[in-house]
Amino acid sequence: MTEMILRDAVAKALREALDTDDRTFLMGEDIGAYGGPYAVTKGFLEDYGEDRIRDTPIAEAVFVGAGAGAAMIGMRPIVEIMTINFSLVAMDQIVNHAAKLSYMSNGQLSVPLIIRTVTGGGGQLAATHSQSFENWYASIPGLRVVVPATPQDALGLFRTCRKDNNPVIFAEHSLLYRVRGEVPEEYYEIPLGQARIARPGEDVTIVSYSGMVRVAEEAAEKLDELGISAEVIDLRTLSPLDLETVVESVKKTNRAVVVEETWKTGGFSGTIASNIQEAAFDDLDGPVLRINGPDVPAPYARNIEQAMIPSADWVVESVTYNFGL
Amino acid sequence: MTTTINIEPAQALDIYSTMLLIRRFEEATERLYQRGIVRGFLHTYIGEEAIAVGAIPNLREDDYIIGHYRDHGHALARGIDPNKAMAELCGKSTGTSGGKGGSMHIFDAEKHFMGGHAIVGGQFPLAVGMALGIKMKKEKDSVVMCFFGDGAVQEGEFHEAMNLASLWKLPIIFMLENNLYGMGTEVNRSNAGGENIFNAAEPYNIPAVQIDGMDILLVRETVIEGIKKVREGNGPVFIESMAYRYHGHSMADPTNYRANSEVEEQRNRDPIDRFKALCLNEGLLTSEDISRIDEEIDSKIQIAVEFAEQSPEPLLESLYTNIYAAPEA
Repeated sequence: MTEMILRDAVAKALREALDTDDRTFLMGEDIGAYGGPYAVTKGFLEDYGEDRIRDTPIAEAVFVGAGAGAAMIGMRPIVEIMTINFSLVAMDQIVNHAAKLSYMSNGQLSVPLIIRTVTGGGGQLAATHSQSFENWYASIPGLRVVVPATPQDALGLFRTCRKDNNPVIFAEHSLLYRVRGEVPEEYYEIPLGQARIARPGEDVTIVSYSGMVRVAEEAAEKLDELGISAEVIDLRTLSPLDLETVVESVKKTNRAVVVEETWKTGGFSGTIASNIQEAAFDDLDGPVLRINGPDVPAPYARNIEQAMIPSADWVVESVTYNFGL
Repeated sequence: MTTTINIEPAQALDIYSTMLLIRRFEEATERLYQRGIVRGFLHTYIGEEAIAVGAIPNLREDDYIIGHYRDHGHALARGIDPNKAMAELCGKSTGTSGGKGGSMHIFDAEKHFMGGHAIVGGQFPLAVGMALGIKMKKEKDSVVMCFFGDGAVQEGEFHEAMNLASLWKLPIIFMLENNLYGMGTEVNRSNAGGENIFNAAEPYNIPAVQIDGMDILLVRETVIEGIKKVREGNGPVFIESMAYRYHGHSMADPTNYRANSEVEEQRNRDPIDRFKALCLNEGLLTSEDISRIDEEIDSKIQIAVEFAEQSPEPLLESLYTNIYAAPEA
């Protein structure tokens, strides 16, 4: 094992792709000369040259769609959208085109395109720069949605995405880039659609992904101090979705809570909750709880911004109050 | 621009046959639509045949074609089997996409026919990406031919694509089919530059011309020249072909936004009639050739309709196939 921050794990994954596959190139805003808006691709331009590290104009629709177009004829591009908020400008290309081409051509075409993007709030960037739209993309058949929470997962999942022949939304939470974790030195891959039990427990299952896994883990520690044993599940990918691991856990703990950063209305936690009650209704000792950000645009001021992001205390309070534990 | 007649009788025969194949194919689709066999949206290419036939046969097998939802003409000009195209329109398992795409989404990857795209302007970024892929592979001097209508040029994706294609000197022939209406909105009511859309290419440093898109030989000559330029690595070119669709935007269109007299006037420019007259005058084709071709095409269309009607529907299981492609080995 070696220690590494998530930013370096993603950079390592990208370098592997560039080193081993000459069909792969990177394309996005300020990924080259500037060094990457979040410094993930720092030094890449010097090492790989401007043909493979392509700075684009600020025109998300065309460079994301161009990634799909190049993928259609056998390239394996990796496109970076600076933040998931800007992906809305390219939504037509992602949803109407990249996600549909395999199906509409009845398998004649495939789109092996990885779209890396930065998600999440908490950086005091206000309403247009603090959103998490992974759940939206997860509702689109034809897309993969990958939401790593640790450096080890980021590297292992990315390696699998590279072999996948479908468009992938690979969402990296901005507040996780400096999070440190252990990464195996030997080569490994992590399959898509296999959730991770981040912490085993007996009394309650906390399901989360991306930036909220840390919150869930912190909540589990606090619950432990209260004598409540929580099992934390990190979904790792929203599409494909590993419901089996979630349901197995709930059958054991008989209680479930889903923690998600984005808004409650339309949140992915709703999908998880409804699936749990369909599959394990008789095993539940209470309603499946959903802890989401409230339905408000993200504000700038720190105190009110923090008030909308689910926290460990919020989870603990909800679990103890609602389950009478 | 004036047309020079620089084709051989065999080429004249091919051109006439392909234009007529498209015309008769489209007429047959309209009959099938009226019988409720073709459903959904059906957009026919009648009146615009000279563009596809003047352009596409000049491409090589390794070149790529991508376009919009009025795509039957492009597909047939590329040599896609009319039986398979007709079956796709009829929603049959023998169709180009096994009945999953329909009229607006014809694909044939082997023939490098990359769709049939039904979101207006959505094909532009894909065209840019294919051209980028060609350039990065450095294998061949292949090109991408991208078809679109006058309605598409107000989309942001058009402008983003024109800029990037020119900036990166990508091998694309932008083929604008200006049929004067974006659905029911006349081009003068949607384009600040009026009818002359090709001027929009100038700020992007893309060489552009406007031609009579119902003059098959002129289209052919212009496209041959354009392809040559693009293959030389000079970046994209832009060809605006002025044309007209005789029928509505789709079968759902009552066409109450234009006068019948306008349609009649445009029919005087008919690309097939004009080419036929020219061939007879110049001795490229005889009236016997014409009658023979007419019969051959009628029979081909009849076979295509029978094939489509008699083909089985998709298996129910196919609903769930090809949502995702299998991973690399």
